[in-house]
Amino acid sequence: MNLELLKKLCAANGVSGHEESIAALIKDEIKDLTDDCKTDALGNLIAHKKGPGKKMMLAGHMDQIGLMVSHIDKDGFLRFASIGGNSHHYLMAQRFVFPSGLIGVVSCERLDDPKDMAIDKLYIDIGAKDQEDAMKQVKVGDVCVFATTPVVSGNVFITPALDDRIGCFIMIEALKRLKKQAFDLYFVFTSQEEVGLRGATTAAYSVEPDYGLAFDVTISADTPKIRPLPSKMYGGAAIKLKDRSLLCHPTIIAHLESCAKKSKIKHQYEILEMGGTDSGAIHISRGGVPSGVISIASRHIHTANEMCALSDIEDCIELTVKALETKID
Amino acid sequence: MLLEKLTTACGLPGFEDEVREIIEAEIKDHVDSTKVDRMGNLIAYKKGKKKSPHIALSAHMDEVGLCIIGIERDGTLKFASWGVDARILPSMHVLVGKDKIPGVVGNKPIHLQREAERRSVYELEAMYIDIGCETKEEAEKLVSKGDFVAFVSEFTEFGENLIKAKALDDRVGCTAIIELLKEELPYSITAIFCVQEEAGLRGSAMLAKRLEADIVINIEGTICADMDGIDEDKQVTNLGAGPCLSLLDRSSVYQKKYLQAIVKVAEDEGIPFQYRRSGMGGTDSGSYHTGGAGIPCIGIAVPCRYIHSPVSVMHKSDMENLIKLVKAFILNGAERVAGK
Repeated sequence: MNLELLKKLCAANGVSGHEESIAALIKDEIKDLTDDCKTDALGNLIAHKKGPGKKMMLAGHMDQIGLMVSHIDKDGFLRFASIGGNSHHYLMAQRFVFPSGLIGVVSCERLDDPKDMAIDKLYIDIGAKDQEDAMKQVKVGDVCVFATTPVVSGNVFITPALDDRIGCFIMIEALKRLKKQAFDLYFVFTSQEEVGLRGATTAAYSVEPDYGLAFDVTISADTPKIRPLPSKMYGGAAIKLKDRSLLCHPTIIAHLESCAKKSKIKHQYEILEMGGTDSGAIHISRGGVPSGVISIASRHIHTANEMCALSDIEDCIELTVKALETKID
Repeated sequence: MLLEKLTTACGLPGFEDEVREIIEAEIKDHVDSTKVDRMGNLIAYKKGKKKSPHIALSAHMDEVGLCIIGIERDGTLKFASWGVDARILPSMHVLVGKDKIPGVVGNKPIHLQREAERRSVYELEAMYIDIGCETKEEAEKLVSKGDFVAFVSEFTEFGENLIKAKALDDRVGCTAIIELLKEELPYSITAIFCVQEEAGLRGSAMLAKRLEADIVINIEGTICADMDGIDEDKQVTNLGAGPCLSLLDRSSVYQKKYLQAIVKVAEDEGIPFQYRRSGMGGTDSGSYHTGGAGIPCIGIAVPCRYIHSPVSVMHKSDMENLIKLVKAFILNGAERVAGK
């Protein structure tokens, strides 16, 4: 497992709609391993690895949540629009980085009552002297992401944008390890998942797959007082049963289950009450596509410090390899 | 004036016929073909000398308003709302249904209101429309359940270059496209006048799956909250400061490449513009960029104060500059950024 690549992927800056740098990184990594590798109108990177049998579309999303500058005030402080599921609790007092390397700190207006805190009370401070100075450094429309550095610590990986560079990483690693293939494979690194599965929607339309398989993070339900859910960190590759965007198809669930059992890969099941992922768009494309998801149980999703277990990453990669090498009965 | 004619016409979601007929008559001599699809979208095609890029211009014909859901025994009408703030409704003058039966949204005289009532806001459920009938039977001869209810608002020019009207969202977009169709442009243009945007981008949703174009320019009327008492960073747009270019909203993240291309044209040609500084709201761009294999979109709009009310206000120069900028982009930016 190439952890340096994973770190590089997570450190790159790719808010929804601004995935070019991630696509370039991934393309470099996989272009020699695939037959055709191109970017579509919405910024999806679609890589075709020709093979026998039915068409399978794999999807991991390149984009991450972030902030977009919407206003620069007379004192040089920035207001922002949220891209994707941001929470003021997770943004407050965090460091953010723009593609130029510029750092901004999120802080809050003076409040009479701390309970009044809301996302529109927050602002970004880039340390500008005044409006003019700020406008030399940023423009309205510029985007930024959590500036935390990815690290491996103990048994875990901690980083922003784990959601969903980890999905992209699992796909890349599986592609590298693949010895044979039971499907005609499309590795699609999608755009704009965090704002409503938009890249996967158009990619599924162009690819016209027979099966869909997405890779994404899910909740690790083992933190203090969290609502009970089946998936946990260190529980192995998580086979999704449902989330708000789809009910996984029994064919795909059975396929993943049988591959995991045959190869003795540690696995678990996952159900997400909120949230969705790219298979949600793929399964209702055109005439309908049986779809499933391999998830990785993660803590602190959508914060600057998303966390997952190294052993779970390995289990997900192994399960993916087996799932692509084995025919669906 | 075309905008006056269009804003005076009524076109609630699903009832856009009157607006569509005006547009059809206005454009027929300037386009090669027109068709109306099963949902009522009007699609016009104007062939250009150059093959690529094929440019689609889109605006929606429908407006916000009310819909009759019940006729009471006393001849008054109960209604549901499409995107309207219920607090603005009492005392409103309205027109009901295709026959445009005049009515008023009634409320209790101030003399009879208790202290607590005076301080509270009417709930939608407590309001009714009075069309002057005494019985249910009498009312049923004039209106039916499902009839649309449109605002009445005289098109008025006031202040310096300001216009007050209903339905500026999005008759201003329709007007801009009609004006652009009257120009001779080098590229093929598909002009789309959509139905049911206010009901959830529905007209464009089905159309987007079949649309063949290299880029869509979606033209709208948008939020403008540049009044005293609203923090500068929450004003979204400013009246008279030029057409508004969308960065993101709930339906789209606008692709930087295309946004930058139109910004460059505006800067090169000295056409004023502003950014739409909010992530809220949604437009038909949401349908186009995710329909089929996806078509990139530019979102551009005229700022409208008091939007979604009968007294929406716009600045004439914003519409003029919008038309100027879209035209300049088609001539000097579109081929570079969207050509094959």
